[in-house]
Amino acid sequence: MIKIWAIALNTFREAVRDKILYSLLFFALLMIGSSVLIAELIIGEYGKIIRDIGLAAISIFGLLIAVFVGIGLIYKEIERKTIYTIASKPVPRWQFLVGKYFGLLGTLATEVAIMAVAYVLVLNGIGAGTTSAMLPAIWLTFMELAVVTAIAILFGSFTSPVLSALFTVGLTLIGKMSEELVLLGQRSESGAVRFLMDTVYKVLPDLSRFDLRTQASYGLEVEWEYVAYATGYGAAYAAALLVLASIIFRFRDFK
Amino acid sequence: MSETAIRTEGLRKVYRTGFLRRAFVGLHGLDLEIPRGEVFGLIGPNGAGKTTTLKLLMGLNSPTSGTAQILGEPIGSMRAMARVGFLPERPYFYDYLTATEFLHFYGQLHGMPRARRIDMIDRLLPLVHMERARDTQLRKFSKGMLQRVGIAQALMNDPELVVLDEPSSGLDPMGRLLIRDIVRDLKTKGTTVLFCSHVLSDVEEVSDRVGILIAGKLQDVGTVDELVGKRETTVEVTLHGLTDDLVAELPLQPHRVSSRGHHIFEAADHSAARALVAAAVERGGELFGYVARRESLEQHFMDEATSVERQDREAGVR
Ligand SMILES: Nc1ncnc2c1ncn2[C@@H]1O[C@H](COP(=O)(O)OP(=O)(O)O)[C@@H](O)[C@H]1O
Ligand SMILES: [Mg+2]
Repeated sequence: MIKIWAIALNTFREAVRDKILYSLLFFALLMIGSSVLIAELIIGEYGKIIRDIGLAAISIFGLLIAVFVGIGLIYKEIERKTIYTIASKPVPRWQFLVGKYFGLLGTLATEVAIMAVAYVLVLNGIGAGTTSAMLPAIWLTFMELAVVTAIAILFGSFTSPVLSALFTVGLTLIGKMSEELVLLGQRSESGAVRFLMDTVYKVLPDLSRFDLRTQASYGLEVEWEYVAYATGYGAAYAAALLVLASIIFRFRDFK
Repeated sequence: MSETAIRTEGLRKVYRTGFLRRAFVGLHGLDLEIPRGEVFGLIGPNGAGKTTTLKLLMGLNSPTSGTAQILGEPIGSMRAMARVGFLPERPYFYDYLTATEFLHFYGQLHGMPRARRIDMIDRLLPLVHMERARDTQLRKFSKGMLQRVGIAQALMNDPELVVLDEPSSGLDPMGRLLIRDIVRDLKTKGTTVLFCSHVLSDVEEVSDRVGILIAGKLQDVGTVDELVGKRETTVEVTLHGLTDDLVAELPLQPHRVSSRGHHIFEAADHSAARALVAAAVERGGELFGYVARRESLEQHFMDEATSVERQDREAGVR
């Protein structure tokens, strides 16, 4: 346990001392701040739009960090050969992957927390108000990041950064549209297409389950059972991805 | 406890390169046995397969065939890695850690408790002359400084076997001396050391035995004396007080005449040199210098390299 913790802490420390993260965070905060201006321009329910834009900003910038830091996380270690000194220590390779994963997740949690605080401050500052579904919405955004980070680590553990980015972004987009895919499949006449779409849905991550933005911006109620269920789904999915990544990683050579 | 630090049997690595996955033999079936407490130097030109060998032993790459044990445990096993220290070639580390944080990190990877880590760090930083850089981030380090903390990292767990890949590369002469001292210290403690280099003088002075690796094949293994002893030694004889007429009567003719009028001869071996000296003394000459010149390991190594190259060409391999 101490080894996973050491690797996670080290990953976190490297990440927070790196300047790239601050620039991303800066833009996220800029976007949350400027949502006030954007809302002024759009006719409609002022508070709702601001709530929506803010949550979208948290999700988008979280995803950007998860994908682009996530795919480089393992690749960089191999490319820069920092892995040599770690893999030659008595640390099983799966512990290395899991440690890296939690290190990045910790970084993401920090970022999401900072963005969330800024978001609530902006909402209160302009009197738009918070809603009860907001905390669950932000929490599930984080769970979505937990899944996407695991996807990024899986691809990053065996392909080049360009391919990993492509696969991860592709899978994330498909995951976000998975509900539509199922609907599309159900409308099809052909049984084979229905079966295919159904299988695809079951295998690929259904990221739409983590989306509570509408509920949060309209001020609707969210049942805690739903949040618990989505959290469990995300955790199980991420765990399965990490197991797969560990199996692949275990047998690979380091250049 | 196993008396053998490293044993390899037919250890072989075939790389697949490029789009067509062409086979390239990085290491041809290596058979090697290194007893505990020995300092073993592996030398060979660039691309000889030194790093490949060390990476296989450290479990970073898996062998295509063959087996190897480290301290009696199979390579790559956690039990083996817990007792080994490794410095990779041209090491890179986490930029944003300070020297102290860096060593703590590696100590944690060994599962060392905090008190022991602090203890080791306090011993190792002075050993590699880095105590002044304790709290400096690694990205501000020079190459030589990185190499030093890299060595400290490899010694954190007080290993029974230390494996160093080109430890002197990028170091200034002082740094090179430091490495030699560290290797000697380790030897005194009974630690086994396996290191490789393409700079022969680094290996020659501190190694108990040397292995010559060329084009993925271990060409020769032995003590420096054994390897070099297989070759003739030449003797340089310097004589004084001989006229040109007398010199003409000697069994050998001088190689050159020094500015002070000394005649300098190159004898092919000791008996030729002795005959020369006897003839000179008989004629009233004076022996001024007698230096047996052993062929250096460097020369030996160059000879091996060219002979392998020739064999390969003859076999039509290249
Ligand atoms: N990952 C790899 N893929 C393909 N070829 C490699 C790989 N690593 C090393 N080689 C090749 O194997 C040979 C031996 O390399 P290496 O062990 O690094 O030599 P050395 O350390 O003695 O300089 C070189 O010709 C090198 O190009
Ligand atoms: Mg090398």
